[in-house]
Amino acid sequence: MTDSYLNQYVPLLVHMIVAAGLSAILILLSTFVGNRRPTRAKMQAYECGMRPTGDAREPFSVKFYLVAMLFILFDVEAIFFYPWAYVFRDLQVFGFVEMMVYIGILLVGYLYLWKKGALDWNR
Amino acid sequence: MVPSSYYLVLSAVLFGLGVVAFVFKRNIITIFMSIELMLNAVNLAFVTFSQHLGKLNGQVFVFFVIVVAAAEAAVGLAIIILIAKHRQSLNVERVDLLKL
Amino acid sequence: MFPPIQDIYRIAPELVACLFGMLIMVADPFVPRERKGAMGRLGLAGALGALVAVELMSRHAGAAMNGLLVVDSFSVFLHMIIYGAASLVVLASYDYLERENLQQGEFYALLFFATCGMGIMASATELMTVFVGLEISSIASYILACYRRAALKSHESAMKYFLLGSFATAFFLYGVAMVYGATGTTSLVAIRAAAAHATDHHMLLTLGFGMLFVGMAFKIAAAPFQVWTPDVYEGAPTPVTALLASGPKAAAFAVLLRIVFTAFGDASSTWFWIVWISAALTMVVGNFAAVAQSNVKRMLAYSSIAHAGYLLVAVAAAGAAGEESAAGIAAVLFYLVAYALMKVGAFTIVSHLGGSGEQRLEIDDYAGLSTRQPTTAACLALYLLSLLGLPLTAGFLGKVYIFQAALDAKLIWLVVIMAVTTVVGAFYYLRVIWVMYFREAQQDWTPAPVAPGVAAVMFLTAAGILALFFFPGPLMTFAAHSALSLR
Repeated sequence: MTDSYLNQYVPLLVHMIVAAGLSAILILLSTFVGNRRPTRAKMQAYECGMRPTGDAREPFSVKFYLVAMLFILFDVEAIFFYPWAYVFRDLQVFGFVEMMVYIGILLVGYLYLWKKGALDWNR
Repeated sequence: MVPSSYYLVLSAVLFGLGVVAFVFKRNIITIFMSIELMLNAVNLAFVTFSQHLGKLNGQVFVFFVIVVAAAEAAVGLAIIILIAKHRQSLNVERVDLLKL
Repeated sequence: MFPPIQDIYRIAPELVACLFGMLIMVADPFVPRERKGAMGRLGLAGALGALVAVELMSRHAGAAMNGLLVVDSFSVFLHMIIYGAASLVVLASYDYLERENLQQGEFYALLFFATCGMGIMASATELMTVFVGLEISSIASYILACYRRAALKSHESAMKYFLLGSFATAFFLYGVAMVYGATGTTSLVAIRAAAAHATDHHMLLTLGFGMLFVGMAFKIAAAPFQVWTPDVYEGAPTPVTALLASGPKAAAFAVLLRIVFTAFGDASSTWFWIVWISAALTMVVGNFAAVAQSNVKRMLAYSSIAHAGYLLVAVAAAGAAGEESAAGIAAVLFYLVAYALMKVGAFTIVSHLGGSGEQRLEIDDYAGLSTRQPTTAACLALYLLSLLGLPLTAGFLGKVYIFQAALDAKLIWLVVIMAVTTVVGAFYYLRVIWVMYFREAQQDWTPAPVAPGVAAVMFLTAAGILALFFFPGPLMTFAAHSALSLR
């Protein structure tokens, strides 16, 4: 059973090998055969548009972490809405009340971080 | 259908990689990522078993694991930021005020 | 579709703890700085309210929330320990927070959330519920360990607790996944029924139990998963250490006992040897490492590892006794009460004597305490003697019950190891007492006067330890009754 199942994927495997091989050949050919005349403009990250300033790897403010963490928390907590929405009709009023309690708890957390100034960017 | 055992083996391999990375890595963030890898290996195992047994509850467990992992990540990153701010280093070997 | 009103009563302590936690958390930013003392009073009210709720819960025995939780005398017993310890910690931390100039509101809120998680663990009859309870309590504890934000040691302890704690949780979860795969359920009773039939998944089930044990062994600080304990206990604020030493340990033992006796009762005998080896290792590591410590908090941390070993001996005894397991389980429960009293009391005094910034934590710093503060010295001596297990204290009876259970189960080697390591324990407990009573203080140091909250904790724990020795009857009857409800 396993063998016949995997056999279906042989064309895909061939395709992947051909694709990888072709791109490797093309890259190698252009490195060895082509001649290069680097100029200052060619060496820049973007040939047109904004002139790049500084390094991409410079440290950035901790504020971003705070906002990102808060975003992740509230984002992921919304995950429970999906199974809830799926069975909402079966649960009737109880499901509604229960979800209101859940949202209420989230709102308490929101109120807390609001009053604490976690959303205040300039603090 | 790919047999369930393939997924279980993948899950075990991911979990093993997480354990190995946890033990050998020295950067706190990397260690933390290896824990996340282990949790995701567990999620894969849950989904596989759920599919294999024809029961849905395994997939609901995954929701709980994801949410708890997010909460853990928020607290963990806060602790890590605190450490980074006070020591200018994320190497666990330099966090050594308390002798192990 | 609404759950019956009894279900609400059955989770009443958790509801009260959560509500007070949220109330304090939201109220805190609105209260002006000079009136922050109100937070402590609110915290105390919440702790007492939760204790009343435990009483309410105990009147409504039965399964709750579609069998996710159960209220039986076992869970009531554990709730008493957990919420009792949390209330004592609230009392003890009131003065500490002022002295260390820490924010008050969040501390009590987190303490309540952590306690709520432990309460869920104590009555959970389903592995995913255990996981959620475990994480509620753990995540709150990580933040509590970090609460002295100005102290590098506090960060370090939080980081170690967080990394190793999540690592152990991942193992626990993988164990849950394996058990789920082998039996198709995570309900403990259903696991037992399924395991009796499914003999071909024996391997998966045993592996699953091993992983579940790793997760729990971490929480109870059993070897070889104890390495985090001294560091976390030393770096965390001392009232938090008192909580970590008592509450999560009781909750994790509750989960371990439920998993072992409800789910794996007769399906696997391998677990017995896992527990046996871990018990022996834990006693040896804890006691011998404690001898080498000069810091009181670290010494008490190793002592709490050693006590996890004694408790595991009782678990192993209950397992080896087969049908007669009640004696061993009752011994665990009795010892957990005595242990919580001793540890909360001892850490409260350590927190009181530590002084501003927790500077005085070496054993030598306690020199001459018996003349400076005779009552404090006497109380600390009582806790230490009880930890050692000398007569007139609850620790003595607890150890007697464990010895008895282990001898009845014919675990001679464990008894021998326990006796030898207890004698080793005498060395480091008595050394502190000797320093307090017979060594002169080097410099003129007067400890701060005992705050009312600390005094209350000292009085309550000391009275409890003595009372349990002279009148162990009621508690032991309750413990034996609770042990029977596990079957």
